[in-house]
Amino acid sequence: MKIALVGLSHHVASVELRERVALDRAAAAVFARSLGDAVCLSTCNRTEVYVSGMDEHAALVALEELAGESLEGVVYRLHDEAAALHLFRVAAGLDSLIPGEGEILGQVRDAYEAASPGPVLDHVFRDALSVGKRVRSETAIGESPASVSSAAAALAAQVFGELAGRRVLLVGAGRIGELAAANLASRGASIAYVVNRTVATAGELAARFGGEAVGLDGLATCLGDVDVVVTSTSAPELVLHAADVPARRHRPLFFIDIAVPRDVDPAIQGLDGCFLYDIDDLEAVVADTLAGRRVEAARAEQLVAAEADRFRTWLASLEVVPAIASLRARAEEIRSQELAKVQGRLSDSERRTVESVTAQILNKLLHLPTVRMKEAAVTASGAVYADAVRHLFGLEDER
Amino acid sequence: MVEALFWPALFGYGEAALAYASARTSRAATWGVRLGWLAQTALLVVQAVRTDGFPWATWSGSLNLFVWLVVGAYLIWGCRPTFRLLGLGVMPLAAVLFVVARLGGGTGAQGRADYSNLFLVLHVGFVLAAFAGFTLAAALAAVYLWQESRLRRRDTRILGLRLPPLQLLERLTKRMVAISLPLLTLGLVAGIVRQSRDGGGFDALEGVTALTWLVYGGFLLSRPVGRRAAYLALGGFALVIVARLALAGSHFA
Repeated sequence: MKIALVGLSHHVASVELRERVALDRAAAAVFARSLGDAVCLSTCNRTEVYVSGMDEHAALVALEELAGESLEGVVYRLHDEAAALHLFRVAAGLDSLIPGEGEILGQVRDAYEAASPGPVLDHVFRDALSVGKRVRSETAIGESPASVSSAAAALAAQVFGELAGRRVLLVGAGRIGELAAANLASRGASIAYVVNRTVATAGELAARFGGEAVGLDGLATCLGDVDVVVTSTSAPELVLHAADVPARRHRPLFFIDIAVPRDVDPAIQGLDGCFLYDIDDLEAVVADTLAGRRVEAARAEQLVAAEADRFRTWLASLEVVPAIASLRARAEEIRSQELAKVQGRLSDSERRTVESVTAQILNKLLHLPTVRMKEAAVTASGAVYADAVRHLFGLEDER
Repeated sequence: MVEALFWPALFGYGEAALAYASARTSRAATWGVRLGWLAQTALLVVQAVRTDGFPWATWSGSLNLFVWLVVGAYLIWGCRPTFRLLGLGVMPLAAVLFVVARLGGGTGAQGRADYSNLFLVLHVGFVLAAFAGFTLAAALAAVYLWQESRLRRRDTRILGLRLPPLQLLERLTKRMVAISLPLLTLGLVAGIVRQSRDGGGFDALEGVTALTWLVYGGFLLSRPVGRRAAYLALGGFALVIVARLALAGSHFA
């Protein structure tokens, strides 16, 4: 066994348990180092410990200490190929709550960079990062938004293209509205105004986004100066009426109404240049994009499986690599000893010739056995070949 | 030689017309456009070398040149992944018109052109370039109306099958018209100068072309936005179709 994984995730563990074993980047690095050759991947959805060259029992005990309870029946334990395949799926976002979410790849990278993994873990994590990147670039799994707030920003981009420089009016200080505004801001839009019944509450949010706080009475005035309107008030009646929209605008106005009951008069959708999406529309769009993600996930699984297969071959080759190295070292040792015996009887030129010829003989002689052993390594007989070579050439002591 | 170049060009355009239908084959479609256009460019060069005079002065010959201009204009930015669905509109049209040009004998090398002078070259060249620009403007306007309708209907697949953003489509439509109208003006001036020098009566095609000029001139002056701009661009293109396909025979005769 070269790699072992012990961990728990959103699939099997409650949020309370996940919270207890969650570690920030620095703590995860310390945790991994305390175990030896290990990497600890800890996010809000999972805590997983990958170890190499040892049993995973120590890692399980350490996790149980964090959890303050036995984790039998909750944790999963995987070894070698299965552990690698799991890590590849995690890095590709295929094991995430929302298939294809991109944040996990950065978290895998952080965990890898914070730890000091040995050669096997180093290899498997580098492969995982590579396959994660490939999945994102070669499939469309991460292209579509997976939440209402990101869908709202993506829809605004369908109207305006680049959102840099677009001005946003945020009506209400609700959490979802704030998320939508943050999403728009992350794409370059500026939150120009925050309108709320209580101006002080609007002020707090406006200060965070660098906008201006306005009372509800100033709402209609702001409409003439913005491109996107996000509403999320808890008002029981409509807050924005069709009559509030300036009559002649020369650019589109995009309304995102996340409130229930709705804030925006549906008649606005009929106005020239105005587009309105309410919470039902946004959820329908997200449902469609998630369905698309699932289709892309099938393609991503193929990429991951191919990478896991390559890793399996590499892992298997580790069985025979020490035997090959010992064989070559022994051959080289014999060659050097025999050359030393005739050293004094040869001129410089003759010595160089003999050295070159004997090196070539060695290489040619060992080439085929080396290739055959590597081929055998991916089959069940790899270990048998390695043992046979050690026995035939007396390499047991060098194991 | 001309035969050997017609078929690769048609194959490229035809392949693009079909391959643009799927996102997975859109890269192959773009290569079809590029290779087809290169083959047609070579065909035009061979025509120019082998013909004594201006080889595209016939109706079908000018249609051949028109297709080349449309695809060339499309190649400038239309091959970007964002505009994949624009290719689905432009390339089938290009392939069909290219076949029509061949059926009319416009892709061959005649040996000697019936008539040829500098004003004619300028007239045909500028007018066709302008018409190619108006064709692309109309394609952009059509995509605009489609995208606008999807947003208005709140199409749930809008993020699955992405079209270019509305404002980008509107901006490019206006830019194409702004580039094409001066070309049409130059083409008309060249035609008027030739006609006043060589004589000849005012025909229906000239009337429709003048009307086209007025529509697009009105477009630039009134600076319409949104749907109005798209409808106006399409209205102008309807006149281009009439001028290019319905009335061209009488003018070239």
